[in-house]
Amino acid sequence: MLKYTLKRLLQAIPTMLVVITIAFFLMRVAPGGPFDGERSLPPQIEANLMAAYHLDEPLWQQYARYLGNLVQGDFGPSFKYKDFTVTELIMQGFPVSLEIGGLAILLALLVGLPLGVIAALRRNTGIDYTVMGLALAGIAVPNFVIAPLLALVFGVLLQWLPAGGWNDGALPNMILPIVALAVPQIAYIARMMRASMIEVLGSHYIRTARAKGLTETEVVWRHAMRPALLPVTSYLGPAIAGIITGSVVIEQIFGIPGIGRYFVQGALNRDYTLVMGTVVFYGALIVLMNLIVDLIYSALDPQIRYDD
Amino acid sequence: MSSKDMSFRDMSPWDMIRRLALTASLALSTTVISTTAASATLQVGNGAEPGTLDPQKVNGNWETRITRSLFDRLLNYAPDGSLEPGLAERWEVSEDGKRYTFHLREALWSDGEPITADDAVFALRRVLDPATANHNANLYYPIVGAREINAGKVDGESLGVTALDDHTLEIRLVEPTAWFVQALAMSEAAPLPEHLLSSGTDWTRPGVMVSSGPFVLTDWRPQDHIDVARNPHYYAVDEVALDGITFHAIEDPASALNRFRAGDLDISYSGVPSARFDWVQQHLPESLQVGPLLGSYFYMINLREGTPLADTRVREALNLALRREVITDQLLGIGQTPSWWYVPRAVSGAPDSRLAFADWPMEQRLARAEQLLDEAGYGPEHPLQLSLAYNTLDDHRKIAVAIAAMWKPLGIELELINREAAVHYATVRQADFELARYGLIATVDDAYDFLNAYASGGSAARSTGFHDEEYDDLVRRSSAELDPQRRRQLVGSAEQRLLDANVLLPIYDYVSVHLVAPHVRGWQSTPLDVHPLRYVSLKTQNDTSQ
Repeated sequence: MLKYTLKRLLQAIPTMLVVITIAFFLMRVAPGGPFDGERSLPPQIEANLMAAYHLDEPLWQQYARYLGNLVQGDFGPSFKYKDFTVTELIMQGFPVSLEIGGLAILLALLVGLPLGVIAALRRNTGIDYTVMGLALAGIAVPNFVIAPLLALVFGVLLQWLPAGGWNDGALPNMILPIVALAVPQIAYIARMMRASMIEVLGSHYIRTARAKGLTETEVVWRHAMRPALLPVTSYLGPAIAGIITGSVVIEQIFGIPGIGRYFVQGALNRDYTLVMGTVVFYGALIVLMNLIVDLIYSALDPQIRYDD
Repeated sequence: MSSKDMSFRDMSPWDMIRRLALTASLALSTTVISTTAASATLQVGNGAEPGTLDPQKVNGNWETRITRSLFDRLLNYAPDGSLEPGLAERWEVSEDGKRYTFHLREALWSDGEPITADDAVFALRRVLDPATANHNANLYYPIVGAREINAGKVDGESLGVTALDDHTLEIRLVEPTAWFVQALAMSEAAPLPEHLLSSGTDWTRPGVMVSSGPFVLTDWRPQDHIDVARNPHYYAVDEVALDGITFHAIEDPASALNRFRAGDLDISYSGVPSARFDWVQQHLPESLQVGPLLGSYFYMINLREGTPLADTRVREALNLALRREVITDQLLGIGQTPSWWYVPRAVSGAPDSRLAFADWPMEQRLARAEQLLDEAGYGPEHPLQLSLAYNTLDDHRKIAVAIAAMWKPLGIELELINREAAVHYATVRQADFELARYGLIATVDDAYDFLNAYASGGSAARSTGFHDEEYDDLVRRSSAELDPQRRRQLVGSAEQRLLDANVLLPIYDYVSVHLVAPHVRGWQSTPLDVHPLRYVSLKTQNDTSQ
């Protein structure tokens, strides 16, 4: 297991290098630069800016400089947020995104899994239709509709919860964003869990288990649950990486200082270093999450072993 | 860093579950979250996250709003946006208008060190240093040696700024410059604490920064908020009513509106979503602050040979057929002024030049436009094909679509090209367009900012290929003319030359739209969109203190 883990981590290095290279050059191919704004700059001042950020050097030299700094763990200074390094921005924003995203995933699992199981067990009944109908709505209604609606109803009209703001992570400030983030995930997880549970319940070994005279509860918990969780688990890897790196929509609407907005803002501002930083960070997280999922797989499914 | 982060790092999965349960139970039990405690801290929805708090590296009003609260300049803005003495108590201008002598008041940095003329010299040298890469450095080019320093040809020592003694500063100009003192009120001209900056970087962090203004920086959480507190060392500390200000980074206007309605914000600088403007007008009339802004919304025209737009008749026809009031009144409806001019009318000493046909009835204008296009060889059989580039924003799209419809009856086929902002401005800079949407917002309350853009070497001149030596001469002379009446004439003549040649398609003068709660006192809408927060107070605070 340890050997396997190490091997996977080593394999990640060339993967990351490819990701970095593609992202670096794609970013530079995009038209428009970090200093193209409403007020176009006098040539002398633009030249000063380009020199200050080494943008006047040949591209290969900038690439080499970037890789050199990266090896030393230095993502460079942000072009847009000049008083901070990219590392500082990510390190300040990530705990917030992780907290919100992690809790949203937990909430999604706590609600989505039971709903999926119940729908599967009560297949083609009113309960099933209700759960699946709601799930469909949860998937269909986008975040940018749910989030302002929650803020309007609970923040402005009822005034039960803050309409936005982070307030250093006070619990009331976290509730609405967590719910808004969790709703589509609950829907996905419930649907996925229902489908895989139905499939597992139809398999031969479940029939055997029932034939042994086990109660339905025992059948579900001891025999069906683990295999039914497999598809959800493989979905969770990339999903978690996506959610804990923040959502630009949720962050903008609730004013949460996470890192989700850096992905979009960085690209729109042509903040080259910030974009690279977030890409490297996200890439590394995906690699890590996929590895964790594969390890959990072996725990869930006895047929999967990574000993060799 | 914060205790919050600490606790999070230690959090096990079980802790997270417990926390989630707690979150859920709190959601059920919480009925009212009250955030409206009577403190004299002003809550400001400040728009975007500042890119920096270095007053010489800031570039947007969401940044300068904060740096101007932290740093006094030689001259400050008064509540109505005019200039008033700041760190300089008074100043004299020599007979020839080329030598300014400023007398600095006795004032202290927030760490108790005296503010001296040397700090002002240091700051002006630094703003022109190419390594500072200041965006507005060209506003200081009137100073002797400035242009050469900014080009890296000579070092800062040769700048025509001298500390005659601790409290006397002399600035020498290459030629008299009517708007020069305006530039000294800008954030980038603020004297800086040389004793701090010379000793290290990261000086803009809370706990490190030393400032001269009514407030000092106490906390900065990126993408969240910035706290400032009253500066006990400020020379006019007794006149500062607020204990502090929290600047919240809220970019989304709809979220800002929600939080303003929920009472979280006293002022919202994030604007109002255009779709919600009517609602706000109806339900929050006492909070809605709409006022003229020194900004011009226009379409730039690429004048280079080889396109139909090089023909004056074509450009005049386009200008004739533009129904500006339809755009301002029916499409936008938030009080913008249709503009028949280029320099916004809210500017101090605004000229009264305008497009020649401004007062014509629509039928006459359309007939004339048709005639001009016909003369230029365009008509139903030979339609005029043009392209219009604009940056992604719903209002820009609506205006573009409406204008295409206005021109269609003349047989003009307008191709609309929508690009994201960075790409749009790059294509404008590279002159790769026929017509391009553009907005110019003033940095100083003066026509110069606008006129200079079309003078040789100016940004608009470079993009459009406009070149007119007589115009350049008028702009130069207007800049150097100190007599207000004569200056207004020169500015007017320069602008009229642009308009007579139909060099651009003016559309409207901008307005500023802010939300200010009725209990906020001492705030007023100004054309430069500056609102010095040292004069602001909260009504509740007065009630409790008196």
